[in-house]
Amino acid sequence: MHAESEIRLPLIIGNKSYRQITDDIIAPIEGKAAKGWYTLTTICALCFLWGILCLAYTIGTGIGSWGSSNNVDWAWDITNFVWWIGIGHAGTLISAVLLLFRQKWRMAINRSAEAMTIFAVMCAAIFVLLHTGRPWLDYMLFPLPNQFGSLWPNFNSPLLWDVFAVTTYFTVSLVFWYIGLIPDFGMIRDRVIKPWQKKMYGFLSFGWGGSARHWSRFEEVSLVLAGLSTPLVFSVHSIVSFDFATSIVPGWHTTIFPPYFVAGAVFSGFAMVLTLMLVVRKIYKLEHYLTIKHIEYMNIVIIVTGSIVGVAYLTELFVAWYSGVEWEQYAFLNRATGPMAWSYWIMMSCNVLSPQLFWFKKIRTSIIATFILSIVVNIGMWFERFVIIVTTLCRTYLPSTWSTYTPSFIDVGIFVGTIGMFGTFFLLFSRYFPVIAQAELKTILKASGESQKKAVAEGRGHH
Amino acid sequence: MATNKHIIHGIFGDEVPMMEACTKLRASGIRVKEAYTPMPIHGLDSLIGIPRTRLAICAFIYGLTGIGLATLMMWYMMVSDWPNDIGGKPNWAYYFNIPAFIPITFEATVFCAAHGMALTYLLRCMLVPGAKAKNPDPRTTDDKFMLLLDLNDVQSEKAKSILKESGAEEVNHMSTYVVEPKYILEETH
Repeated sequence: MHAESEIRLPLIIGNKSYRQITDDIIAPIEGKAAKGWYTLTTICALCFLWGILCLAYTIGTGIGSWGSSNNVDWAWDITNFVWWIGIGHAGTLISAVLLLFRQKWRMAINRSAEAMTIFAVMCAAIFVLLHTGRPWLDYMLFPLPNQFGSLWPNFNSPLLWDVFAVTTYFTVSLVFWYIGLIPDFGMIRDRVIKPWQKKMYGFLSFGWGGSARHWSRFEEVSLVLAGLSTPLVFSVHSIVSFDFATSIVPGWHTTIFPPYFVAGAVFSGFAMVLTLMLVVRKIYKLEHYLTIKHIEYMNIVIIVTGSIVGVAYLTELFVAWYSGVEWEQYAFLNRATGPMAWSYWIMMSCNVLSPQLFWFKKIRTSIIATFILSIVVNIGMWFERFVIIVTTLCRTYLPSTWSTYTPSFIDVGIFVGTIGMFGTFFLLFSRYFPVIAQAELKTILKASGESQKKAVAEGRGHH
Repeated sequence: MATNKHIIHGIFGDEVPMMEACTKLRASGIRVKEAYTPMPIHGLDSLIGIPRTRLAICAFIYGLTGIGLATLMMWYMMVSDWPNDIGGKPNWAYYFNIPAFIPITFEATVFCAAHGMALTYLLRCMLVPGAKAKNPDPRTTDDKFMLLLDLNDVQSEKAKSILKESGAEEVNHMSTYVVEPKYILEETH
């Protein structure tokens, strides 16, 4: 059996048995929902509804209803798309990369982080499907001949790569998530008493039996899917960044974009995981599984990726100056001192300065500080995309086309709508699905459970 | 002569005694038909003689299929059917624009490998929507560990005592059935 050093803090607090893990994870499904759950779900659902109305209005009247203009032709839509896709990255990173690195602390958070990935990519898809202007023709994004004639889509274009990347990312994440869910649905099926629940979870569990053969295949599938998802995480946001980097717009045409986008994606994703987990932990009383140590680990990832993002910002500035290209230099001067400089400085302070506070152990182990900073980071990362897209496009090569940008209420409405959709889906997930991968958690109970560790340290336990 | 076969369930409260029982059963030449556990237990599959799964090989083959399909698709659309010259980058032959084809080739590889493997896994385990629960005892998804034995008269008595002495919480004789001699295969391990 896997043994763990005494000095490592336990990942499961308290004197837990396998049965108690089952009980704790199934509690939100068996019990009644808390009042807070109903309040939050109502708020989110209303936002979602507003979003649907704005979305319908956009489809009915066209994207002229947005704040976008001739030169600022990508604005809130693509800002939100990149932001949501970025948020999704933490889920895959946690479940795939941390699995390959055998980080056991991932087991408490991977299920909900993957759910977050799936919902975030759905939100992102809304923007990318709408921004085409005629969403009823979106099937043309796929490799079909033009008007079913003879011209095919351009496979040299990063926009087409993006279609393939996001589709693959979404479907593979969904499958990875569901395969992990099957054993837990099996557990719920065998536990619940109400007939409709028994039926529903029986259906969802696909007849899971937990035999040794199934488990050995399950582990192989998890490992290989993790191996496949790992390059996928890096490729998706790299390809998203190619949408910008392969263009000739000053401020976009830079080779640093792929790594910088990936680091930023992981950065904002972890911040979103923290925001959600801190709420879930409180509502469902999962403090014994999502410990302060978990929060600290995630905050460490935030410092690392936040610092990479900071270095990337400074590198961009240096390279713009060093390149000697006036257009490039002006693009950055405009970001930092132009009419939209406020957004640049929000981005700088939220993304570069605020995560540095996590160097203090007191701050990175404080729940309130983490919650606030996680939201600050997400605001900062939204502004990063806003600066890259809107501020840059407001002033490109031809000064006579320079303009400012204001979003319309439809823009805001759709964005708020996606936040509402994300929240609604996540709340429904946390109420009806097992929020923690309990089967996986049971594998680390003996090595990382608090009382089990104590027993081993005192020589009572078995190795 | 027809033989009696007995289905025995040995239920344990922890994986350690269950593993012990498996070792002892194996030492006395008794085959464990299947084990049902709430979570994956490392080393259990080799202990009860389950061969290593070949799913990873399948994934590799599916991945190669993905590479092939993507290459074929892009070659057909960009080179064979309607060659385009986009931005001074003509597509008169596939290798002209290979760098631009790498992302989609990669994505298609991952797509086919992941979905092919996931589907193979589900079908190999017969995990399909609405399938009946495959664990004979519902407690095995919670906190119980079960060994399923399917043995003849002599072996079943021996197995029962081994299960008990290794610390099984319950040893249940579930059913007996009769097998005609022509259906009995040589027991191998």
